[in-house]
Amino acid sequence: MTGVGTAESAMTALAGVLSPSPSAPGSASGVAAQAAEQWEPLLPGLIVLLPLLGFVLNGILALWAAGHSSAAVRAGEEWNPFAGPSRPRTHTLPTLIGPGVMLLAFILALVNFAGMPADLHDPVIRTYWSWIATDTISVDAALQLDQLSMVMMLVVTGVGFLIHVFSVGYMKDDQGYPRYFAYLNLFVFFMLVLVLGSGYATMFVGWEGVGLCSYLLIGYWFSDRDKSDAGKKAFIVNRIGDVGFLLAMFLLFNNFGTLDFGPIFAGAEGQLAVGGTTVTAVTLLLMLGAAGKSAQVPLHVWLPDAMAGPTPVSALIHAATMVTAGVYMVARSSVLYALAPTSQAVVAGIGVLTALVAATIAMQQYDIKKVLAYSTVSQLGFMFLAAGVGAFTAAIFHLVTHAFFKALLFLGAGAVIHSMHHAAHHADGHLDEQDMRNMGGLGKFMPVTCVVMWIATLAIAGIWPFAGFFSKDEIIWYTAAWAGAGSNPFGTLYTVYWAVALATALMTAFYMTRLMVMTFHGANRTGAAGRSHIHEAPRVMTVPLIVLALLSVFGGWINVPDALQESFAGLFGVLPMSEWLHHWLEPVTHAAAQIQIAGFGEPAHAAPPGGGEVAWAMISTLAAAVTVAVAYRVVGTNKYVPAARDPGPAGVLRRAVYNKWYFDEVYDSLVVRPLLAASRWCWKVIDTVVIDGFVNLTGSFARLSGWTMSLFQTGQVNMYAFVLTLGVLCVLGAAVFLQ
Amino acid sequence: MLTQALLLSGALFVIGTLGVMVRRNAIIIFLCIELQLNAVNLAFVALSRYTGIEGQLFVFFVMTVAAAEAAVGLAIIISIFRHHETVNVDKFNFLKW
Repeated sequence: MTGVGTAESAMTALAGVLSPSPSAPGSASGVAAQAAEQWEPLLPGLIVLLPLLGFVLNGILALWAAGHSSAAVRAGEEWNPFAGPSRPRTHTLPTLIGPGVMLLAFILALVNFAGMPADLHDPVIRTYWSWIATDTISVDAALQLDQLSMVMMLVVTGVGFLIHVFSVGYMKDDQGYPRYFAYLNLFVFFMLVLVLGSGYATMFVGWEGVGLCSYLLIGYWFSDRDKSDAGKKAFIVNRIGDVGFLLAMFLLFNNFGTLDFGPIFAGAEGQLAVGGTTVTAVTLLLMLGAAGKSAQVPLHVWLPDAMAGPTPVSALIHAATMVTAGVYMVARSSVLYALAPTSQAVVAGIGVLTALVAATIAMQQYDIKKVLAYSTVSQLGFMFLAAGVGAFTAAIFHLVTHAFFKALLFLGAGAVIHSMHHAAHHADGHLDEQDMRNMGGLGKFMPVTCVVMWIATLAIAGIWPFAGFFSKDEIIWYTAAWAGAGSNPFGTLYTVYWAVALATALMTAFYMTRLMVMTFHGANRTGAAGRSHIHEAPRVMTVPLIVLALLSVFGGWINVPDALQESFAGLFGVLPMSEWLHHWLEPVTHAAAQIQIAGFGEPAHAAPPGGGEVAWAMISTLAAAVTVAVAYRVVGTNKYVPAARDPGPAGVLRRAVYNKWYFDEVYDSLVVRPLLAASRWCWKVIDTVVIDGFVNLTGSFARLSGWTMSLFQTGQVNMYAFVLTLGVLCVLGAAVFLQ
Repeated sequence: MLTQALLLSGALFVIGTLGVMVRRNAIIIFLCIELQLNAVNLAFVALSRYTGIEGQLFVFFVMTVAAAEAAVGLAIIISIFRHHETVNVDKFNFLKW
């Protein structure tokens, strides 16, 4: 009876999650409310729950496998999880569940996307249950569907699904196969909570959850000390950012009494003065959080180390989705940022500085994943530049296209590493499978990977008509346009940002071409023994690559600028969907745009040195193309030698860049060592001497007084009798004389 | 009459107490304790003439307890003597720190 009751209540709870009570947001004008009423999102809760279900099922299988393998270790036996009767549970089921739930979630997201009306002005909020309910604060577990979260949801589930499929091939022989998919599914769950949460509190749950999954997946091969250390580094550096996020939430709550997006953004303009201290503090603290999560200078140091994780993880978490959470958060808070021009300048400055620093480092790295990691940091810098200058659409646009081509680059690098891994098994001596000095000429062996990675390279380099051209050009253009806006107090600064961004875009073209040439062209440097084992990746890996390559080619066409539509860039009017993303995101971004135009004036129609959007688009794509061509020639003539025989880069500047501008060393001497010394001092002095001393002192006092008293215990009966009598006499004497 | 009785009782008690304090032989100490008890008994009896029968009743209690105590105490002393061949309490100081 009880069992039936529990099951029934569980069913009711589940049904509640799947079809919650609809609640329109508070500030809805009549028409907008009607539009929101008309549109019923299809099971938004299920989209979030599907990856969680995948995590639970894969987690159970992972625990089962872990139990078996440890039992085998105890028995001193060899346990092959992929052979015999265990294979269904260690391989077949995770293969079906992991990508399966992602496919279902993606289909559901697509259905919702198709059904979402274009004129939906207010977000649709689905409240599931009350999470925190007190007199002063109430937070609901609620999901918010609007145009921005829809874009993010499509990217997370779509690109996530492709990466899950790729992982099936990449992780095929890994002992922890079910555990890998469990973590990956859990990550997607938290990422969806992050982008769909209807307030900062819900967002923070996802924010911390993805951080946890990032830690788990960076340290996925935890028996390797370096890799588990890299996981810890990522986690700890992110904590610094999270302090900022938390403080920002406290400030917001202090001012608005709520953490929900709706009331905060609706009331921000009335309650907070433009450029006021509060809004500037809130936005700067939020930026600190975003800088931690999105690896911006000076908190970028964890991302290159995060490459210790499996390569599909780098593609999903550390390129396409999690690291862009900071950009999403800034874009989500666009109203607050528009109210704080100083914060905007800071965000843009950090962004452009990050882009520049990371791009320089990427030019002198030999590890294929490190180049891509710094490239990711650099591209995230571009996104923050866009968000900082108020081009929130451009930021999200670059986020989307970057998700396509950077996921493709990472997965392509994964295919290369996968192949090199087999070669390393057969090579004479040690062979670093990620060092590009050991590669070269792989294009002959892996033609598909080579072609799709060239597509991604041209996309990230910003060459027309690939996706990156449109998104990066929009960022650079908006920087120029707002630099020239009539009353922008930071006009000169924005001009500098614009020039640096242009230069960084060319560096991007250079280091990516360098990566391609070192990896796929020229003579092979793997060595004869390993070379014969280099092969093209299996189809389960190449098909996701091809899909992503198509997206990298056509993905940019969702937002062809109006000004370019009739020029060469829009193929003289042929390319469809003029500024589609811009119009799509308008309900989310128009409030910020209004504030910004009121403060800065209309954006200029010419770049600071003159020339319109078309001219600069042409200049940037031509310059990028020239850089690619030159880099191809220059790097191609370089004589690289295998890593084992390479002494490393020569010259002060090259060495500094190769050593990542010594960021890690500076942190080591300025933060880590003083912190360790202070901790050691606290341990040796405060803890051992002061605190332990005090505790021991009380013990010693008790012992001393006990010892003193024990002197009276002579063991002599007569003595006791004497003392007893004396005592009685004293008491009697006192009784008599004191009466 | 009462005064003389109480004086005698007090004298006996002081003698008993001094004996307990200064003597070394366990048997003698034991006898001195009996002396103290009986001094108290004498005081009880003497006072019962003025305060009622309770004093005499109490004497019987004291005598019973004293008899029981004598039995237990003597047994202990015999036991100690069997182990140590002496009843000198100076030698029995092994219950100290």
